[in-house]
Amino acid sequence: MSGFWQTHRIVMAAIGAVIVMLCAIYLRWDWLPKYLPLIGQGIWQTLWLLVVTTFFGFLLAIPLGLAQAAGPWYLAAPAKAFCTVIRGTPLLLQLWLLYYGLGSLFPQFPAIRQSELWPYLRQAWPYAVFALTISFAGYEGEVMRGAFKGVPGGQLEAAKAMGMPRLTILRRIWLPLAIQRALPTLGGETVLQLKATPLVATITVVDIYAVASRVRQDTFIVYEPLLLLAVVYMIVTGLIVLAFRWLENRVPSRVA
Amino acid sequence: MLETLLEAFPTLALLAWEPPGWGANLVRGLGNSIQIALGAYALGLVIGTAGAFGKLHGGPVTRDLLAVYTTVVRAVPELVLILILYFAVTDLVNQGLVAMGYARVQISGVVAGIAVLGVVQGAYSIEVIRGAILAVPTGQLEAARAMGMPPLKAAWRITLPLMLSNAIPGLANLWLIATKDTALLAIVGFAELTLQTRQAASSTKAFMTFFLAAGVLYLLVTLISGVAFGRIEKWARRGQRDGGAGS
Amino acid sequence: MKNILLTTLAALALGTAAMAEPVKVGIAAEPYPPFASPDAAGNWIGWEVDLIGAVCAAAELDCVITPVAWDGIIPSLTSGQIDAIMASMSITADRMQTIDFSDKYYNTPTVIVAAKGSGITPTAEGLAGKILGVQVSTVHQDYAQTHFAGAEIKLYQTQDEANQDLVAGRIDATQADSIALDDFLKSDTGACCENVGAVADDQAILGLGVGVGVRKGDDALKAKFNAGIAKIIADGTYDKVSAPYFASSIYGG
Repeated sequence: MSGFWQTHRIVMAAIGAVIVMLCAIYLRWDWLPKYLPLIGQGIWQTLWLLVVTTFFGFLLAIPLGLAQAAGPWYLAAPAKAFCTVIRGTPLLLQLWLLYYGLGSLFPQFPAIRQSELWPYLRQAWPYAVFALTISFAGYEGEVMRGAFKGVPGGQLEAAKAMGMPRLTILRRIWLPLAIQRALPTLGGETVLQLKATPLVATITVVDIYAVASRVRQDTFIVYEPLLLLAVVYMIVTGLIVLAFRWLENRVPSRVA
Repeated sequence: MLETLLEAFPTLALLAWEPPGWGANLVRGLGNSIQIALGAYALGLVIGTAGAFGKLHGGPVTRDLLAVYTTVVRAVPELVLILILYFAVTDLVNQGLVAMGYARVQISGVVAGIAVLGVVQGAYSIEVIRGAILAVPTGQLEAARAMGMPPLKAAWRITLPLMLSNAIPGLANLWLIATKDTALLAIVGFAELTLQTRQAASSTKAFMTFFLAAGVLYLLVTLISGVAFGRIEKWARRGQRDGGAGS
Repeated sequence: MKNILLTTLAALALGTAAMAEPVKVGIAAEPYPPFASPDAAGNWIGWEVDLIGAVCAAAELDCVITPVAWDGIIPSLTSGQIDAIMASMSITADRMQTIDFSDKYYNTPTVIVAAKGSGITPTAEGLAGKILGVQVSTVHQDYAQTHFAGAEIKLYQTQDEANQDLVAGRIDATQADSIALDDFLKSDTGACCENVGAVADDQAILGLGVGVGVRKGDDALKAKFNAGIAKIIADGTYDKVSAPYFASSIYGG
């Protein structure tokens, strides 16, 4: 690490530390203890949303990518249309369409209102999870399409020559190789997904962003909650980057 | 045809151009969105070009500061950055002016939106342009130098055209991000397409109609931009063999 | 590239220079009928919009209506994006710590609206275990959190969203200003619901009525607004503006 601590970096780090100290001393942080439990719940909600929607979004992205890379036209065309629509419209609009648009249609049907699902449809988080999941699937589906296409044909031909059934080829050869190719971009996509999560605050889901807004509105303090938010998101981003670096090192780069 | 459609979906009439239709409002919102996206994109390109130059040729302090800038912008949600910049920048400008003895100025929503999204775009542009410059084969530049071309002329005649063709896919992507990010300005109450849609929808209660209509408008922008950037890329790659530089 | 840079700079310069003179009056960028809502032609209409015109004319101010997001309206004022707030904002001690207020220009009771036949009453017992929606950063949020601790309180960025979720059955009741909720109940979608009565008054929280918010220390502007409000009440303009909207005066006691 000796290369990192050059003279100018030490000076910059010192300036940075002074700025942080000044922020700590001169800005108002007296609200922090009162809101600490809420902040904890908010961070938990954000992380939970991130993990669940990334996981299910990725699961959805695999068939979306496969359909576009190798499917017949009647599967490839809808998959492509889905990815284009998701990637071509703002997530905020998709979220509002689902929550306010679709959500306002449901209660008009007494059957839905009386059904077992109603207690869930009544809440905001199912809409948030759904919107974030299909959004991730749309972006990652495009990545997976490239990844499936990028797997060297020789590998698949070799498997075929060995008499492997098609599904086994997909499970044992094609999919692992495609995921391995997609892995470097997956970290970046996950960070983008994290950055998309605060939008759910606009449909009454109480994530960390909503908690910070609540602090701003309760106390009329403008910058401090936003600074806290920025720090929280930077830490989570750092953790995501580290986690994916660890994952990439675990996956052998040659599966020959 | 139109009549039967209107009979089946009476709320479609709300999209008419003239009041009581809200069509003009949506298009006005779209105009605002595109105006901000264009401004932010241009500002982002300026920051990106300067920043890429700084990252490649600047001193160690410049490089580290730029690294801090790109890291922070890429780690913090745009929504949070917009709120911080929207309030902080206008506040700082005004405090500065008052301290220097001038009157406060009011920064219009358009300018604030362009500035905020431009700073966000800039961070991504730096990486795209830097990557594109690095992908220019060094042999080309060495050849230019060997022919005795002065450095500035080499930059203009060799690096820029070659780098442009590498950068266009990334820059096209950034443009699409710019158009979609304008939707976030709805949160600070700026009357771009998403907020106009929201207001029309809440006033008429025809949520599905308006949100779907806005979706179609955004999608049109995306598709038209895709075609345009495809043309530009073809133009930028003229004279290059297939699979030439950048692949 | 150079051209783009020049136009951007020109836009920045124009944007700042052209906006220096008039008083920017902030309203919430959301439909809040009958006080302020956008119409299909892109204009803002409603009682409060008309009143802004009347007060500004009486105070000889050149006012420009500027819609901003409700949850950022006080920061917008303190950071100088707007000069005054006329967005049905109640005068409360909490807000007075950050901004100043003119004299009140209206004061109406606070009521609870719930689905028809829900049996909800505007009391702590009646709302216990129910989901109550309120607009964030309002006196109603404070009131609900203080007096209806037994209810699950859901916060909305705008009252309009709370109304929508009441219609959609996602909340059991909402609490807001009586005039705004009356207007909602009269609309097509409001047919689902009914006014179940006013909440008990708590002046410390519900405030002393609605006033014009101005930056702390901006006493000249505050004095002008006070003079304008006094003048339109004295010369009958206030009643003339109110007549198309309300059967009786909403100035309140």
